[in-house]
Amino acid sequence: MKKSKLSVGIIAIALVIFTVTSCKDNKQDEKSAKEDHSEMNHDNSDGHHDGEKKEMAMNGNGASQDILNDYFNLKDALVADDNAKAKDLGATLAKSLGNLDVSNYTDAQKADLKDIIEDAVEQSEHISKNDIDHQREHFKTLSNDVIDMVAITGTTTKLYEQFCPMYDGGSAWLSINEEVKNPYYGSKMLKCGKVQKEIN
Amino acid sequence: MKILKIIALVLLVAIVGIQFVPTTRNQSDTVPETDFMLVNNVPKTIQKKLEVSCYDCHSNNTQYPWYNKVQPVTWFLEGHIKEGKAELNFNEWDSLSARRKKSKLQSIIKQVESGEMPLSSYTLIHSDAKFSKEEANEIINFITQLKDSL
Repeated sequence: MKKSKLSVGIIAIALVIFTVTSCKDNKQDEKSAKEDHSEMNHDNSDGHHDGEKKEMAMNGNGASQDILNDYFNLKDALVADDNAKAKDLGATLAKSLGNLDVSNYTDAQKADLKDIIEDAVEQSEHISKNDIDHQREHFKTLSNDVIDMVAITGTTTKLYEQFCPMYDGGSAWLSINEEVKNPYYGSKMLKCGKVQKEIN
Repeated sequence: MKILKIIALVLLVAIVGIQFVPTTRNQSDTVPETDFMLVNNVPKTIQKKLEVSCYDCHSNNTQYPWYNKVQPVTWFLEGHIKEGKAELNFNEWDSLSARRKKSKLQSIIKQVESGEMPLSSYTLIHSDAKFSKEEANEIINFITQLKDSL
């Protein structure tokens, strides 16, 4: 009994000493602090890495029409109160947004589109992993982004910008149908809203 | 009995042992020019509230109390801080475009309104980080004004 206690004690001390000497906590701290710094600089220097990634993504050959189609599918899932489907479609939309080909636009338009896409991707990603209330919150911001995108890219089909004055102080969305089906309330208030603008 | 003692000792060793696993500390001496407080005219009371309730996970500098230096609490926190900074870093506020700022502000409003932020796991220990109803309203009003001014 005594012996085993002693040996376990020795092992314990040995283990502690081993971990202390092998890790050298202080040094590691310094190192990780430095790492943190370089990461920070990265972020501050306008995220060179990030920019590169986005640039690549933005040079895809996707069309704005693909984005619109995915957006409308997502809108329909929200109209149908379908949380799971909206999650999937949020992820799909995030991808098609990143694939947008911006090569045929002016530099100013490219900058605007990049900004719009970056924001819209973030909203779509949130939609891909949250409950339906959250999805609708983010769908509002997403819709504003997509409306701004269409103002630059145009659209091949006629679109209706619709507006619900009740949801969060007034919220807009796009639809290919003139008939109002509210994505912010779904079955709770399906008909709330009106067409405020016809596009194309 | 003997077995129990050994198990207890092994656990003790494990708990002591993990204290030495290196972690990334979220600490910085400088506040960058892009900081939310430096570029916006934030009333003192709101400034204080945001610093106490948000900055630990949404800036480059966390105020670590002693127990946050104890594993496995540190790991748990590290994850939260990383995630928090990825969503929103107040220190880098002004590097965002107007559109991005607006959408972040919108999210802040919604998170405070619904009571999801500050996280309940955070306010459980940091009781001073909790927002009273009035404080929440004050913050929401301020953030809404700021959003409308952009």
